Amino acid sequence: MKTKPRNGPHPEQSRFSGGAKDLVSPAMKLILALAVLTLASLAPAQDMPMFRWENFTTTNGLPDNHVFCVLVDGKRIWAGTDNGLGLYENGAWKVFRPADGLAHQAVLSLALDPHTGDVWAGTMGGLSRMSAGRIDTFTQLNSGLSNDIVYGVGVQGDFVWTATAAGASRLNTRTGQWSLFNERNTPMYEIWTYAVSPAEDKVYYAVWGGGVLEYDQKTERWKDYNDPDGETEMVVMKDQGLIHEITTSVSYVEKILWVATYFGASRYDGRYWHNFLSKDSGLPSNFLNQIKAIDANRAWFSTDKGLAYYDGTNWAVYRPALDTHKPEMFVRDATGEVKKIPVQSAPAHNYILGVSFQGDDIWVATAKGLSHGIRQKDSLAIAKVFSTEKSKGKK
Amino acid sequence: MLAGRNLRECLTSRPFNARETGISDLSFRRLAKLTVIFAVVLLAIAAQPAPKKSAAIQKERYLSPIEVAISPDGRLLYVVCQDSDEVRVVDAVSGEVTKSIPVGHIPRGVALSPDGSSLYVTNAWSDTISIIDTQALEVVRTLLTGPEPSGVVLDIQSNTLYVANRLSSDVSVIDLQTGEETKRLLAGRGSSYLTLSADGKQIFSTHIYPNPGTFRTEPNSEITVIDTASQTVVERKPLHNVAGVFHVALSADGNLGVAAQLKPKNLIPLAHVEHGWGFTDSLTLFGQDVGGLVQVPLDELDRYYAMPWAAAIAPDKSKIFLTTAGSQSVTVIDVARLLRTVRSRHKPFVNDLSASADYVSARISVGRNPHGIALSPDGQRLYVANRLDDTISVINTNTSKVSSTIDLGGPKNIDALRRGERLFYTADFAFQGQFGCSNCHIDSTIDGLQWDLEPDGFGRDIVDNRSLENLAGTEPFKWNGGNPDMPTECGPRTERFFFRSQSFTQQQLTDLVTFVYALPYRPNRYRSSSGDLTPAQERGKAIFERTKSKNGHPIPDTNQCAYCHSGPKYTNQKQIDVGSGKPTDRSPVIDVPQLSNVAYSAPYLHDGSARSLEEIWTVFNPKDTHGVTNDLTKDELNDLVEYLNTL
Repeated sequence: MKTKPRNGPHPEQSRFSGGAKDLVSPAMKLILALAVLTLASLAPAQDMPMFRWENFTTTNGLPDNHVFCVLVDGKRIWAGTDNGLGLYENGAWKVFRPADGLAHQAVLSLALDPHTGDVWAGTMGGLSRMSAGRIDTFTQLNSGLSNDIVYGVGVQGDFVWTATAAGASRLNTRTGQWSLFNERNTPMYEIWTYAVSPAEDKVYYAVWGGGVLEYDQKTERWKDYNDPDGETEMVVMKDQGLIHEITTSVSYVEKILWVATYFGASRYDGRYWHNFLSKDSGLPSNFLNQIKAIDANRAWFSTDKGLAYYDGTNWAVYRPALDTHKPEMFVRDATGEVKKIPVQSAPAHNYILGVSFQGDDIWVATAKGLSHGIRQKDSLAIAKVFSTEKSKGKK
Repeated sequence: MLAGRNLRECLTSRPFNARETGISDLSFRRLAKLTVIFAVVLLAIAAQPAPKKSAAIQKERYLSPIEVAISPDGRLLYVVCQDSDEVRVVDAVSGEVTKSIPVGHIPRGVALSPDGSSLYVTNAWSDTISIIDTQALEVVRTLLTGPEPSGVVLDIQSNTLYVANRLSSDVSVIDLQTGEETKRLLAGRGSSYLTLSADGKQIFSTHIYPNPGTFRTEPNSEITVIDTASQTVVERKPLHNVAGVFHVALSADGNLGVAAQLKPKNLIPLAHVEHGWGFTDSLTLFGQDVGGLVQVPLDELDRYYAMPWAAAIAPDKSKIFLTTAGSQSVTVIDVARLLRTVRSRHKPFVNDLSASADYVSARISVGRNPHGIALSPDGQRLYVANRLDDTISVINTNTSKVSSTIDLGGPKNIDALRRGERLFYTADFAFQGQFGCSNCHIDSTIDGLQWDLEPDGFGRDIVDNRSLENLAGTEPFKWNGGNPDMPTECGPRTERFFFRSQSFTQQQLTDLVTFVYALPYRPNRYRSSSGDLTPAQERGKAIFERTKSKNGHPIPDTNQCAYCHSGPKYTNQKQIDVGSGKPTDRSPVIDVPQLSNVAYSAPYLHDGSARSLEEIWTVFNPKDTHGVTNDLTKDELNDLVEYLNTL
């Protein structure tokens, strides 16, 4: 908010009339004005979450800096890395590897069974269940699992759904029965399933190169969603369907399907599609590794150029700057105006692979470490940072 | 009439040519009379109604008490009778049976509500729980459970029931208000027994088969600890080199827990009859009183107390009482001496069989195959269910002597089946009472282990333990088919190479064989009650029965699944080499095993090297010598497994 010179006493001055104004020195007036200007410039950012980032690497005990996935389990944090599964509990890391019974040291996906507390880990060599310290492993050789490369895993009720390199599998944990879903019994034309999101009445699969598959729990039927532009990188029919066939992640919350692809993101409410591209949204990149929705309107996007948050209108991006590697955050409002927010910390790296929530905090898997975003709610903390730099469309 | 008239004429008239034959009239008449009389007698005999076929042998319906619960005031005993499908209520004072309450099939576990108003009984072969109102003494409700429910406990608020399901190796959590199962918690393989801590905060679950592990490595088991507040598993206490864990008992102050267990020596040849030989019997202690987990021996240097099964700790924590089901006895342990021993020995001593002398205060002889026990509320009396006597031994815990025996009213006639069952479950025939048939065939099933039996040569012919269900018609026996019949399987071979001691008499062997042959199938939970197969099972059946591979080539007869695995028990009773032989096998030729209830007898192949049915073909059939399977997709292999599970 800017003040304009006026004839006569300034409206603000009258507030300080009668004694008080005489106490306000010119210097104080300048400081107050600056504070007001700063707060004004930060108006959109005040609604966007602010974090103080703590980063974990191998020096802290993380098994490997290349973190594929992260899972919050109450006060415990599981990190799936390229060289082991880490469990962070009571301030220390414990590591599980094949010698401990884990299927493979590269852990690609994690899922929590909220009923039993068991954690399921999808790895490059099978599926492992961690249950109160015991690890049981399922492979394509010793069980009905379709393939050992388990990119995605999700739990719903008694069922454990997996996305593998050779189709989808579903384990009924009560009966031990495995069911396989592939090109022979679904509309799947590409069997490289990359992620799964079972929730409510549906189960969604991100099929790498094959769009999205939807399984209706009630009817037990499959349905596919594909890019109306076909397998091209053109977006001729925007918002007419899925943005691209190479899907990497799906998130189904409050009957809204969110899809991450290597060429943008999509949101589907059952009738209308809305696609997000970096050129006309706050996405820092169209290359997405994961999408995780909070509700029908809000979602987090894990891209190769930073972590993005969308609240239904505005965007925020958190990352080390691509050039200087210094912490940066910027916000974009509905008009497209982008503001840079001074921050002191950032996620460990801009290549984001996944997130998980712990209350208001967020845990982020990156290519160079695991990051814990500690939510900052103190408005004074916001006011302390100062920058009035404003660049329209500049990222 | 005509015959009668002719007969009369024969008797009275002259023969047509008597003079010519030289037979006098008198002699002829006498002969004729005799003939007629003889004919009449024959006719009379023929006219008698056919004698009734000998009546079908009536099998005695024994009670087989397996568990005992006692009312809070100590006045009533609730005795779960496994073979008569009932609960017998006994007046603890008079020793009289006052009521028999029918429940489901093969009742196995029991729990009493804290106020004593409800009794919960698991029915292992009905997959249900019977809830009995202890005032009305009748079943008022029946709930569904998982497959083969065994142990059961009720939480302290009486809101939730926990049931150990043996066949699915998990624990059902059942909301008593709705009667619905809310979740299943992963437990040990063959989870069977549950114990609630005194403060109600934790439940301890144990299991009878070792957890799946790597081939020919030490078996490992666990005590699964469930937190009742969150209804989740919070800990698994590891039990190394243990296979077969039975009841857990907890002290009233919660500081001491004991688990009865078996320690097999299955990785070394079954040759050395001393120093532990095939099995030792032990306890795992846990809790604050001992710090971590401590295993202690129960056996003595020259005497074993086989199959420790149920445990109870005196209210004042002075004693531990333990039934040893194979040794017809109850072992009494002095807790103070036990703890002193544990604290003074800084290294593991479970293999030191001299140690038990430090803390075992008594061995009390009771009835046959003692199982469940219950302490009176004042701790003065211990009630012991003698499963194969249909009696309850009442022990005075001060004197450690049996003060009385309660007759539960079972049949007095002990038939061949019962005699055979007694032989099966006792360790008396083994050298120093080491083990009996039921050590390896727990509850007449398997033990989940592989053994190196000495007669084949050390390190040779490693063999997987097999189920004993419905064996008649599956001869010959032994993995190589070397034993033509059951008397050979159970007779001198067993005595010589297993028990190394007293041999069975011919009658005893006959009784034992009779019992083994009478063991029925457990209900197969994969097969629907209607007998209809699911689509996946149907597809699997087609694969099982196929005669051509997917490219249309005929599959040789001897390599078709249904050729070898044919007949009602899925064995053609022949011996064949399917390429599953190992370098340590003297011969790759094996006897075609029956497949009935194969779903429940992992691991597989003659040596147990296949951990799952899938591995039979994904790992051990690279050249399609054990059926043609390498042309199958993964879905099709899954379908085949689905079908096999229904056999």
